[in-house]
Amino acid sequence: MRTSRRSRLGLRALALGYLAALLLLPVGLVFWRAFEHGFGVAWAWMTTPAAIAALSLSVLVAVIAVPLNTVFGVGCALVLVRGRGRGRGRALLDAFIDLPFVVSPVIVGLALLLVYGQGGWFGDLFLRHGMRVVYAVPGMVLATIFVSLPFVVREVAPVLLEAGDQQEQAAATLGASSWQTFRRVTLPTIRWGVAYGVVLSTARALGEIGAVLVVSSNVAGQTLTLPLLIYQRDSQIGSDTLTSVYAASTELAVLSLLVLAVMTLLGARRERTR
Amino acid sequence: MLIPLAAVALKAFSGGLGAFWHAATGPVVLQALGVTLSASLIVAAIGAVMGTLVAWVLVRDAFPGRRLVGALIDLPFALPTIVAGLTLIALYGPGSPVGVHLAYTRAAVVVALLFVTLPFVVRSVQPVLIELDREAEEAAASLGAGAGTTFRRVILPALRPAILSGAALAFARSVGEFGSLALIAGKVQIASIVIYADIESGDLQSAAALAVVLMAISLLVLAALRRLGARVAH
Repeated sequence: MRTSRRSRLGLRALALGYLAALLLLPVGLVFWRAFEHGFGVAWAWMTTPAAIAALSLSVLVAVIAVPLNTVFGVGCALVLVRGRGRGRGRALLDAFIDLPFVVSPVIVGLALLLVYGQGGWFGDLFLRHGMRVVYAVPGMVLATIFVSLPFVVREVAPVLLEAGDQQEQAAATLGASSWQTFRRVTLPTIRWGVAYGVVLSTARALGEIGAVLVVSSNVAGQTLTLPLLIYQRDSQIGSDTLTSVYAASTELAVLSLLVLAVMTLLGARRERTR
Repeated sequence: MLIPLAAVALKAFSGGLGAFWHAATGPVVLQALGVTLSASLIVAAIGAVMGTLVAWVLVRDAFPGRRLVGALIDLPFALPTIVAGLTLIALYGPGSPVGVHLAYTRAAVVVALLFVTLPFVVRSVQPVLIELDREAEEAAASLGAGAGTTFRRVILPALRPAILSGAALAFARSVGEFGSLALIAGKVQIASIVIYADIESGDLQSAAALAVVLMAISLLVLAALRRLGARVAH
């Protein structure tokens, strides 16, 4: 479609203005607020024991949840795309796999509370064996796994579908075992899809608040992840807590900019291999 | 995954159908649903228009920094939602450097939701726009159609499924959104915040009742999306 120069510039200004007001200005301002008293002050806030404990808990939860989701996601995508037969089970799996995307994270938290909490379906069983799930780290890991479950599946399944299974069949004909076929043929085909899914689930795992908030006991130094720390600090009024809120969120924002950079690189890589 | 969600449904109906109906039609619940659904509809509508516009500029326009802008679109997916809420308070809240004070109002809720759902429409329209055959547009133009007519009659019909599915995803996300609204919503009664408040005060039954209604809405959107997807594929 040929558009006049004026309308083209107008559209461009409108789109960029919208993005600036919605994305760039707010994010820039948080960085500025965090560092307005100097880098040293912000650094001091980021290295308080509570902040360090929160950062390491965030990382711990992600380190447990993401690999589990990756293995499950690849397996699930294989079942969905390569599974034999047209069973009802597969259609159901296909329909339910997106549930975590559309169910509110708070509902996820509530669900875990009802099942693993005190008086819940399995809660008392775990408690009797001396294991706290809800209001402790295991529950937070479960919540994180739940909300970041579909990312790997949704990235890998289309790649598998597009690649077809001719190469895999060729490998099988040449005498490769199914494990060899997977490792030598399937895995190299889907690796960029897997990587992209892993980055997306890592971002979600590090940033999740709703589901984790419900099943955390919200004790600083024990069950506070970085987002929870921000949430808790923000409700305490006071100017120095506010700056520490900005410092913690700058920390998260820096992490997510890294994630964004990796996403962009991987995205370009993935397009090229297609 | 299914067991925990089934537990929510069972809890909601644990007092019988009457108790569920009573909890699900209470004034607080109805008001929260009204606010949440209307805000989500507004967000889906604005997101559809602005998302299409942004995708258009990213695909069809050429200007320095276009790749950088393209990469920035994914920022709301990468940025933790609580930080998203905080950034918007920093700019449009008390002490706003631009003199706009929206925080703790419904407008703030809409802005926060627009932020977190921005990538949905852009990312679903962009690939379709790239693949779009330009010959039909040129044919329309050579037959004397103006830019507006070409867009409305030729381009828009091709983009419609992508715009609709992006907007539906944005709607579904908005209905359940919590993180970005937790700080900015203030006293605005958003469904997910009401559920959280119910959980905090120990009223699991009410929380479960509202949760079931929300899940039903999400499932409907999901089902509609799958039908839309099936239609596009054929």
